[in-house]
Amino acid sequence: MHELAITVIGPDRTGIVADVSEALAAVGANLTDSTMTRLRGHFAMTLICTGPAEAEAVQALRRVGGVLATVRPVEPETGTAAAGEPYQLSVHGADRLGIVAAVARVVAAVGANITDLTTRLSGPLYVLVAEVDVPAGAGDELAERLAVAAAELDVDVTLRRAESEIL
Amino acid sequence: MRKVVTAPASVLSRPAAEVDPADPEIVRLAEDLVAVMRASPGCVGLAAPQVGVSARVFCVDVTGHPKAATTHGTFVLCNATILEAGRWRPGREGCMSVPDLTGDVKRAARIVVEGLRPGTGEKITITTDAFEARAVQHEIDHCAGKLFLDRVAGAHAVYQRKIYL
Ligand SMILES: [Zn+2]
Repeated sequence: MHELAITVIGPDRTGIVADVSEALAAVGANLTDSTMTRLRGHFAMTLICTGPAEAEAVQALRRVGGVLATVRPVEPETGTAAAGEPYQLSVHGADRLGIVAAVARVVAAVGANITDLTTRLSGPLYVLVAEVDVPAGAGDELAERLAVAAAELDVDVTLRRAESEIL
Repeated sequence: MRKVVTAPASVLSRPAAEVDPADPEIVRLAEDLVAVMRASPGCVGLAAPQVGVSARVFCVDVTGHPKAATTHGTFVLCNATILEAGRWRPGREGCMSVPDLTGDVKRAARIVVEGLRPGTGEKITITTDAFEARAVQHEIDHCAGKLFLDRVAGAHAVYQRKIYL
């Protein structure tokens, strides 16, 4: 089964999710994983779906007014990503250029993988929250390197274990 | 050995019936729940709906768990209800019936729970905290047809689980 990677972005309004998902359902698109969120008044949707051909999805989204959409075929996930230890990373401080780049580079340098990341700019305050898969035993090294980066960026960084308990 | 059912299964989503703790079938169910819990690595609690039986029965055993404070060993409760709950704390939890996801859920870190012991039907009251309290609340939720997914703390609080026990 082929998969499509779709992005849709448009000015946020009531019904935008309903309109886009209805248009996709009408051509038999089955949404699998997706994130949809409001970013500074724009509503952004990123999703993977199965079902329609690329052209059908493009047609369907064209009928939704006022949004920018991209559709491209992607290969289904092969195998599963290496299991790491889950951590949650929080960064906050005065907004400045390159906070995400610097933090993400430090994360990558220890072989850790960001699986989810959100940033918010609120007045002068910049906030970054991320879920990070850290290779077994590399948590302390990552924390140390982040502390160094945080000092350079003059931001506060917290890295904590996001361990889950199976009940 | 009874098999653990996984979502989406309707038995996990409907409130389970109250039981007669003296009913021999319930006594056997209680024993089976403990057996499945012990046979499942890392499992600290199991509710009857998770083995496909819509009954208000669950077992818990958090002995030796690093996040446990007060512990009561292995116990089974029928028709349990929470009498008091306080000190709400967030925590990330998963479930044998939702094998691939985890979620952030607020639970009371201090509870008083009342239920009936299978067999004798004796009424018991358990006061507990920390991880045992979380486990009890999770299992009582199962008996009410609720999964942790019904309680997650927002649209970004569900995660793909990558660590397998
Ligand atoms: Zn469960």
